[in-house]
Amino acid sequence: MDLFTFIILAILLVGSAMAVVLHPSPVYSALSLVVMMSLLAVYFLFLNAHVVGALQIIVYAGAVMVLFLFVIMLLNLQTESRENQQSEMKTSATILCLVMVAELAFFLGKGGGKLELQTSQQELPAGFGTMQALSERLFTDFVLPFEITSVLLLVAAVGAVVLARRQA
Amino acid sequence: MDPTTLLIDAVLVIFMFALVMQIAPLLLWIERKGSAVLQDRVGANRVSISDIPLFKGKLKKLPFNVGIVNTLIADPIKLFTKEDFIPPGADKLLHTLAPIVALVPALVTMMVIPFGDILIIGGREIELQAARLNVGILYVLAMVSLGVYGVVLAGWASNNRWALLGGIRASAQMISYEIAMGLALIGVVLTYGTLDLQEINRAQGGLILGGLPNWGIFYQPLAFLIFLTAGIAESKRAPFDLPEAEPELISGYFTEYSGAKQSIFMLVDFLESLIVAALITTLFFGGWQVPLLERDGLHFPWGGFMPLPHIVVVIIQVHAFIIKVLFFCWLQIMIRWTLPRFRYDQLMTLGWKILLPLALVNVMLTALVLLIAQNLKI
Repeated sequence: MDLFTFIILAILLVGSAMAVVLHPSPVYSALSLVVMMSLLAVYFLFLNAHVVGALQIIVYAGAVMVLFLFVIMLLNLQTESRENQQSEMKTSATILCLVMVAELAFFLGKGGGKLELQTSQQELPAGFGTMQALSERLFTDFVLPFEITSVLLLVAAVGAVVLARRQA
Repeated sequence: MDPTTLLIDAVLVIFMFALVMQIAPLLLWIERKGSAVLQDRVGANRVSISDIPLFKGKLKKLPFNVGIVNTLIADPIKLFTKEDFIPPGADKLLHTLAPIVALVPALVTMMVIPFGDILIIGGREIELQAARLNVGILYVLAMVSLGVYGVVLAGWASNNRWALLGGIRASAQMISYEIAMGLALIGVVLTYGTLDLQEINRAQGGLILGGLPNWGIFYQPLAFLIFLTAGIAESKRAPFDLPEAEPELISGYFTEYSGAKQSIFMLVDFLESLIVAALITTLFFGGWQVPLLERDGLHFPWGGFMPLPHIVVVIIQVHAFIIKVLFFCWLQIMIRWTLPRFRYDQLMTLGWKILLPLALVNVMLTALVLLIAQNLKI
């Protein structure tokens, strides 16, 4: 990925991420999140990680965010008025954000103070980013984390069913 | 990328786009005639051509069926010259954006469908597929899952209760059936060991059991039924058209749309059933494969061989693909006009309690058979 594409995408990505937080309407916030997820998928595509890019869209933009929108519409959430927001929350959020920016600046400064885009220089191994390469790693080197994650998801699914049953 | 490759890619994309945009309006006519046949009517069969000044008095009755003129020429003119109305309480930006958001995923999905084998021009081999993707099936699923946004946004932005209900129904329905659809596809992916649609197509050449074409349906019949059902549900057509159920919701999510925008939603409906037909053709019915036809000509099972020129083979393959796709479009229209609409709880029961377990069973069975076959070979 060249620097020009990176900067254009980064501006759009950060802009849509900011819109998620700043836009008063919940529907617009959720839509900005969809745009952000899709732009992230574009990044993956540029980095030759085609499978991860496709999965990013299927899982986040296609499933999770649709459910978010579904809930927002079902509850008919209205545009939030600015006065209702608690000022303590705003202050603490600002402080936390500043701490994070300081941390980032510190660690980036440690690395020599200059940002380099290394992806274009590195030689990629053959078949990088394909389904075959990904699944080989997933089922050999990372088989234990993979299985643990699947058990975790199963627990969540069973939990959701149990909760729904109790209320019905 | 050299200019020739770029030009070839552009031509392939334009070919696919033109093909899709020509079949979609034709489907509207097939739909009108098909519904008429099933309801014992004649259907669209006349056009008032004698009112046009040029033909006045000269033509009373045309020798052929001209109802198609209405569908292909008069209807689009009418739709695109109608008033475009945005209701006062609506969200103007999203109301305008929604049809485009619905249209784009439907159009780009078709680009990964292979419509022919290799075409050789001047020593250069061209894959007859607009976009050659290593992750073709995942791409299709991603685009299908994005298709729901147009509908949901249309429902929400209209500021109309019926439209909102339609949008909510659509999002729940499409998420539910996406799961069954994806799991049905896993069976196919297991069988062929690739996500590349062109590779899947290539693997379906030749004959099996002496006479049957080597098509995916004979390996994955259950996956075909699940995919067809989930596909019709994804394209929101009867018997799954609850998001636009007209006795309950007027017209569902596009109640507040008129003119060109409403016609875009109609177009998306047809594009989606076209996508389902194209995917079924590619995955289960050999895509561009024609039984006995190989790259150099016809090979008969008793050893006969009839050589055909390369260009003739390619033309036959592309037409075979189009005919198969049209057949499955027709099948969907027949299903639409045969079955009554589901109730909402029936819709959810079918998706979650019948199709999902069936798809899981299919995945397990396929994996088991493949495992046994692998072990026997070694």
